[in-house]
Amino acid sequence: MTVPVTLEEARERRVQTGGVELCVAELGDPGQPTVILVHGYPDSKEVWSEVAPRLAGRFHVVLYDVRGHGRSTAPKPLRGGFTLKKLTDDFLAVADAVSPDRPVHLVGHDWGSVQAWEFATVKRTEGRIASFTSMSGPSLDHFGHWINSRLKRPTPRRVGQLLGQGAKSWYVYALHTPVLPELAWRGPLGKTWPRILERMEKVPGSGYPTSSLPTDAAHGAWLYRDNVRARLRHPRQDAYAHAPVQLITPLGDAFLSERLYDELELWVPQLTRRTLPAKHWIPRSRPDQLASWITEFVTSVEGGRPEGVTATGKYADRFGGQLVLVTGAGSGIGRATAYAFAEAGARVVAVDRDVEAAVRTAEMSRLIGAPEAWPETVDVSDEQAMEKLAAKVAAEYGVVDVLVNNAGIGLSGSFFDTTPEDWKKVLDVNLWGVIHGCRLFGRQMAERGQGGHIVNTASAAAYQPSKALPAYSTSKAAVLMLSECLRAELAGQGIGVTAICPGLVNTNITSTAHFAGVDAEEEKRRQKKSARLYGLRNYPPEKVADAILRAVVRGEAVVPVTPEARGAYLMSRFTPRALRRIARLEPPL
Amino acid sequence: MTTAVTGGLSVDSAELRGFRQVQQLAYACAEAVAARLEPGITEREAARMQREWLRERGVRDWFHLPFAWFGDRTAFVNFRIPLQFFPTNRRLEPGMPFILDMAPVYDGYTADIGYSGSLGISPVQDRLMADLEAHRELILREVRERRPLREIYEDVDRLMVRQGYANRHRAYPFGVIAHKVDRVKERRWSPHVFGFGTQSLKGLASDALHGHRDGWSPLWSPYRFSDHPPQPGLWAVEPHLGFRGTGAKFEEILVVTDSRDPEQSAFWLDDDLPHVRRWAEEK
Ligand SMILES: NC(=O)c1ccc[n+]([C@@H]2O[C@H](COP(=O)([O-])OP(=O)(O)OC[C@H]3O[C@@H](n4cnc5c(N)ncnc54)[C@H](O)[C@@H]3O)[C@@H](O)[C@H]2O)c1
Repeated sequence: MTVPVTLEEARERRVQTGGVELCVAELGDPGQPTVILVHGYPDSKEVWSEVAPRLAGRFHVVLYDVRGHGRSTAPKPLRGGFTLKKLTDDFLAVADAVSPDRPVHLVGHDWGSVQAWEFATVKRTEGRIASFTSMSGPSLDHFGHWINSRLKRPTPRRVGQLLGQGAKSWYVYALHTPVLPELAWRGPLGKTWPRILERMEKVPGSGYPTSSLPTDAAHGAWLYRDNVRARLRHPRQDAYAHAPVQLITPLGDAFLSERLYDELELWVPQLTRRTLPAKHWIPRSRPDQLASWITEFVTSVEGGRPEGVTATGKYADRFGGQLVLVTGAGSGIGRATAYAFAEAGARVVAVDRDVEAAVRTAEMSRLIGAPEAWPETVDVSDEQAMEKLAAKVAAEYGVVDVLVNNAGIGLSGSFFDTTPEDWKKVLDVNLWGVIHGCRLFGRQMAERGQGGHIVNTASAAAYQPSKALPAYSTSKAAVLMLSECLRAELAGQGIGVTAICPGLVNTNITSTAHFAGVDAEEEKRRQKKSARLYGLRNYPPEKVADAILRAVVRGEAVVPVTPEARGAYLMSRFTPRALRRIARLEPPL
Repeated sequence: MTTAVTGGLSVDSAELRGFRQVQQLAYACAEAVAARLEPGITEREAARMQREWLRERGVRDWFHLPFAWFGDRTAFVNFRIPLQFFPTNRRLEPGMPFILDMAPVYDGYTADIGYSGSLGISPVQDRLMADLEAHRELILREVRERRPLREIYEDVDRLMVRQGYANRHRAYPFGVIAHKVDRVKERRWSPHVFGFGTQSLKGLASDALHGHRDGWSPLWSPYRFSDHPPQPGLWAVEPHLGFRGTGAKFEEILVVTDSRDPEQSAFWLDDDLPHVRRWAEEK
């Protein structure tokens, strides 16, 4: 993605409101829909320095320092100067200054989102807000009702949820102690905070937080003191959103439990949910994903979205708009996987060496929910072709969020029947194909530094020895180990790696598998026979696809699919000798 | 030039005219009922609408009573037992695909038709319908080549897989893609069991009996008993495609004769049908 401008080039103005002066920055064409970004605690508008430029190409982007933060002035006295009512006045003043005639699209993070919930649910802003994207900051009113309902009917599960969120809110209690927080922020905490962010929260350094941090944090303590206790005790009864809301929930948030939003549909008539595997500071750690979701949401609310199919799949909250590349997408497991991602609203790159099949997969993907889908004809074992593909994908479609290295071929026959050419062919596709995929697309993911996931299709044959499949099993065992090693290497970068190990799945692989050591006619016969066998077993590739999406969502490492694959997996760990005995059996062909 | 073909099955014989007429009637019913479907209507209501429409026009007996499938039931998702084919209280919603399937007997002639549509647009079903054209061509071509029915079945399967679809006719009893239909004696009282007319079942059973002796079957299936060249007669052919919760089919009569002239040896009873017209329009 090209970043057109930086925050330094923003136009600045000062807006007077209720005794304070707010520092407001603008990017992009004021003729476009206005998006106002509101920062949280302890932050200043610079928290958006990665997101804002990514939106500026399409929108009129406005950021401001909340009163008492950054280069906005603080109210005097501080106590009582940070009530939600005053914060709403500030927002309206900014909105009227930058977009007097058109409602604005609000985006809030952390306390910016807490305030924005107030903006989006009080009467006097009606008609001024076109949409609201909320991240990591609930409405205090909704939160109050959430607590009350759990206190009133304390089932064990609900008490658990209360305690869970209670433990995550320690800092809120801490901020209610007088003076101490200010001292800490102006002293040691202020100094070590950037390092804490980098270590614990995986926030990349690069000029953030800014030097105003100690005063931001000290003043911002009043956000909590002026509002939290009062609102949680007496939440408003009419806190209904009067604009469509997009809720983006980072699943690794140390401060907020995702359970908080369980009943949000009650308050928000038009709610779009998004989740992503990340920690609290997503404007710093996942700017590409946020920019893409905000763009999509704002565009759809503005009515500019071309008529299309909407995603209905189970994981649409997670994969909507993401870029997913699947190899071997022209048939069987790969095709079913491409479709499952398409149904979840992902953009799909369908790679296969069979042109017609790849084109078909891309076409059908678009029909069932993929906003975009492209066929790419490539042989995954061809290093140069893969390099070209990687360059093209990066240039034209973006950095891949989920990579599924699935293309593979079957090879059966005893070790001594397997020729060096046979070995080379199966290793070239099954192992080298995976290596190329990981190397090229994995590197792009790592360099972007905004997470991602790699899925490699191994097989139950990776841990289940068999005298009938020496070469195939070896290739798959290598894929399994490669996945485990890569998982270790990429763990620190928010990139997950999964090895999928299916058993017998009813696909085309049996009809195209090579049987070493027999003539063409016998090979045909065995292909037919094994196809019939797999057909009788009849385990559908769609179920493997489901397992793949689930594995990505849960970040699983090794996933045996089908009962026989799970059984063999257990045996390989607990009764390997029995498994070795099975390996000696003659296959029923 | 003679068009004399065994059993009086020449293109314009009175016999075929009778079949053509009832097939037209059935498709007219499908189109009329489809036009009246609206959100909230149940499968049962849609089945009753078909029944009433045909009764009013003189239909007294059935090969089978009308079916209606809505939503993912068009693809027979999670169908395990035959009873699931019967209409349910599933309600039609905007964008949902549906299939109407009926087999009225009129004047002693039987039709068995399938009509696919959707309430509003269903891009997936549109695509499935478009892709069915290749199946209609393939079936006719290979029947004219006198290929064993079981092999034709497998070729249809292969085409479906290449198109990326699942074979849904496999869900029908015996997994049939087609079955024979015949003339039926009209009786004053024509009871049905499990939705199938007893007269027609009798016909099918006697065909099965005779066929068994001569090595053919009135059911066109993937099994060994269909390992024979096409048997002269009228076959109701119903390829049924499924794709992730959406299904589409057509069903119409294929006439098979024992003529040596390929053109005469097999032909679709009538090309003036909604799906065929649609393909022509799209060109
Ligand atoms: N089917 C099973 O029982 C089973 C079990 C365990 C693992 N697997 C693995 O799952 C993966 C998918 O197999 P499937 O069962 O869906 O098979 P499939 O034959 O139905 O599909 C494989 C697809 O990969 C494509 N392909 C093959 N070699 C390629 C290459 N060099 N470059 C690009 N595309 C290529 C083929 O054209 C085909 O479209 C394979 O890695 C296979 O080893 C399959």
